[in-house]
Amino acid sequence: MARSALHQQAAAGRTKAPQERTTLALDRLIHERLRLGIVSALAVNAQLTFNELKRLLRTTDGNLSVHARKLEEAGYIDCDKTFDGRMPRTEYRLTAAGRRAFDKYLAHMDAIIKAARS
Amino acid sequence: MRAGPPEAIHVRAADNLRFIRDTMSRAAEFTAVPGWGGVVMGVTALATAALTGPPRDDLSSAAGGSWVAWWVGDAALAVLIGLVAMARKAHQAGMPLGGASARRFALALVPALAAGAVLTRVLIDEHLTHRLPGLWLLLYGAAVTSGGALSVRVVPLLGAACMTLGVAAFVSPPTWGHLYLAAGFGALQIGFGIVIARRYGG
Repeated sequence: MARSALHQQAAAGRTKAPQERTTLALDRLIHERLRLGIVSALAVNAQLTFNELKRLLRTTDGNLSVHARKLEEAGYIDCDKTFDGRMPRTEYRLTAAGRRAFDKYLAHMDAIIKAARS
Repeated sequence: MRAGPPEAIHVRAADNLRFIRDTMSRAAEFTAVPGWGGVVMGVTALATAALTGPPRDDLSSAAGGSWVAWWVGDAALAVLIGLVAMARKAHQAGMPLGGASARRFALALVPALAAGAVLTRVLIDEHLTHRLPGLWLLLYGAAVTSGGALSVRVVPLLGAACMTLGVAAFVSPPTWGHLYLAAGFGALQIGFGIVIARRYGG
């Protein structure tokens, strides 16, 4: 009897497993809200400057630069630093790896919602 | 104090998707406004103003008829230059010109331009050609201002400046009409075109 209950629990665990696996497989790098914002904005723009991103995401210089650097280190975004006259200008663009990661993240979110509905 | 029940994972997923959609929508402003294309449009307007001189109400005369014909021709040329420049810029940025942001931009831009076309016919029929510079600048400015609300920040400024010139043209002597057209469709277009090209690409 106890053994059957254990089996039932295990079976229940298995039914939850895909959702849990989805959660575990989530790209934590993109999952963080500001980084998700950076990647989402770059997904619909060929490139955006630091100031454009800052304005769009309503964040601070320090916050944006920390999170952008993490995405850059992961190879999800490219950063191009130039000068516009005397003013430094930093431009970001999404890399192919970044776009793949973003698509995968969207698919994960979609899968979680579909799993909850079924 | 006890924390509330943990949020269901699918609720958080839905919230994340909403955030993504919202960010993408705000980030997808129409940025394919022509910079260098605007400069070329400005140069053709300056040339047209120099060629035509002040507006004439007597359209039965060769000079009066050709004044309107030159400006209508310049407007058609400007539309062509603008479309080519926008298509080129969108292509270079890897963005579709037929995207949602471009459609919204066009929908905001076109009504005032269409109203301008209808009123042009009305003023010509009423022998009020000298009113055309004010009308054109005012309605072009209105079109650019409303289209610019969905585009980069500098675009509505161009619209507002053209509207101001339109109002000034209405209260100035009719013989100054071509000077206002040169200032609005020529100088302003060139100045803002350079700013757009430098800040947001050609």
